[in-house]
Amino acid sequence: MNIYPPINRFFEKTGEQTNFFKAFLRNTFKGSFEWNEFIRQCYVIGYKSLGIVAVTGFVIGFVFTLQSLPTLKEFGAQSYVPGMVCISVIREIGPVVTGLICAGKIASSIGAELGSMNVSEQIDAMEISGASPVQYLVVTRILACTLMIPILTLFADALAVAGGFVGLNSSGASISMQLYFHKAVATLYFSDFIPAVIKTIFFGIAIGFVGCYKGYHSNKGTESVGLAANSAVVAASIWIIILDAIAVQITSVFVYN
Amino acid sequence: MENVIEIQGLKKSFGGHEVLKNITLNVEKGKSIVVLGKSGQGKSVMIKCVVGMMIPDEGSLKVFGNEVAEMNEDELREMRTKIGFLFQGGALYDSMTVRENLAFALTRVLKIKDDADIEKRAVEALDAVGLGEAIDKMPSDLSGGMRKRMAFARTLIVKPEIILYDEPTTGLDTITSKEISRLMLDIQKKYKTSSIIITHDMQCAKITADRIVVLNEGELIAEGTYSELENCDNDFVQQFFK
Repeated sequence: MNIYPPINRFFEKTGEQTNFFKAFLRNTFKGSFEWNEFIRQCYVIGYKSLGIVAVTGFVIGFVFTLQSLPTLKEFGAQSYVPGMVCISVIREIGPVVTGLICAGKIASSIGAELGSMNVSEQIDAMEISGASPVQYLVVTRILACTLMIPILTLFADALAVAGGFVGLNSSGASISMQLYFHKAVATLYFSDFIPAVIKTIFFGIAIGFVGCYKGYHSNKGTESVGLAANSAVVAASIWIIILDAIAVQITSVFVYN
Repeated sequence: MENVIEIQGLKKSFGGHEVLKNITLNVEKGKSIVVLGKSGQGKSVMIKCVVGMMIPDEGSLKVFGNEVAEMNEDELREMRTKIGFLFQGGALYDSMTVRENLAFALTRVLKIKDDADIEKRAVEALDAVGLGEAIDKMPSDLSGGMRKRMAFARTLIVKPEIILYDEPTTGLDTITSKEISRLMLDIQKKYKTSSIIITHDMQCAKITADRIVVLNEGELIAEGTYSELENCDNDFVQQFFK
């Protein structure tokens, strides 16, 4: 049926993405798991992103402290800074900023890698050999993202809290590390961690899935490799924002009420 | 003689443009068929239909007596384990060494887990194509001819019954092209494989073909041995031999 072409394309793409996700799920539980490739991907996605996530996390905590301190000082509430930094970073800023950083770094790299494998017919070669490219390339990357993004987020959270300590001391307030961490940790509950970690698991799935989908379904020209990487970043970033908005709604109804 | 590939009335279109029009072609067991034709005439589309990478719009395409379009995913995968496909650019997995490239299908398709057996088969396959010393190299370290040989070794290692060649000598110098063509002939004789070879290289066609078919505007317009086609009256066919 020929409807308005953009609507047609939307439904075609949605169907294609649904089929791709079904293929991912089917291949996750079928046949032998590609442990070596999974571990390699965990190294590439997790370990190789530590640097950028560490710097970003630390700077967030540092800047957030410096920006909020003058306002809180006016009300004599500077003692609340460690707790405020800690809660904000763990509940919201840490997961979202780490998710966006990883969308830029990881989704683009997966999109470009699979896109270039597609252009050079390596994916076709795997499929024709009788092996499953989805099992080897897609399952391992999506699961590695699902495992590594929450770990990277917790790492960024820890550095943001440390950044807050440095920020507080560099702005003239003299506070010991022990007191700072006591005040920061005292405000935290287990229920602050769980929604944030669950949220980052979905961020990981989104980043891995979007990167793989864009690369796997790129066109055959060399230009399409760049397009695959670029569109993977854009789509993954939008998904992070959408998932975060949904997660905030859910947690505010079921957890913080 | 038994046909391993039977194509009857095959049609395939892309966006209203009919690329293959009513193709009928049989490949006998142990024989090589060369497909000649200008670029963009649907030669690669035809062999992609054979391995189930593309679905024909109309017609029948049987491999080992089974209709490809009616196969489910597992049957398709099973059929593909008996078919080797040599891509124009080699399609070597560039993040893996030569050894890992060779082991990829062995461990995943033939389910061989014994490292010593994998090593033995890898060395045998590389020796068969004269690349014994390259086992630890990365694909990026290999020259154009070596990449073709390596792709050949990767195709051979699973001992396919049919090999489909997509322009195996394109981009190679005359001497290397001749070497690859002779290698294709040796492999066919040694392993009794059947093959469809898509090429523009007449030297390759002369060395490897049992029969040649000529494709023009989506239709097979001539069929015969190299010498039969060399002496035929068709002007289009003659252009390949001049």
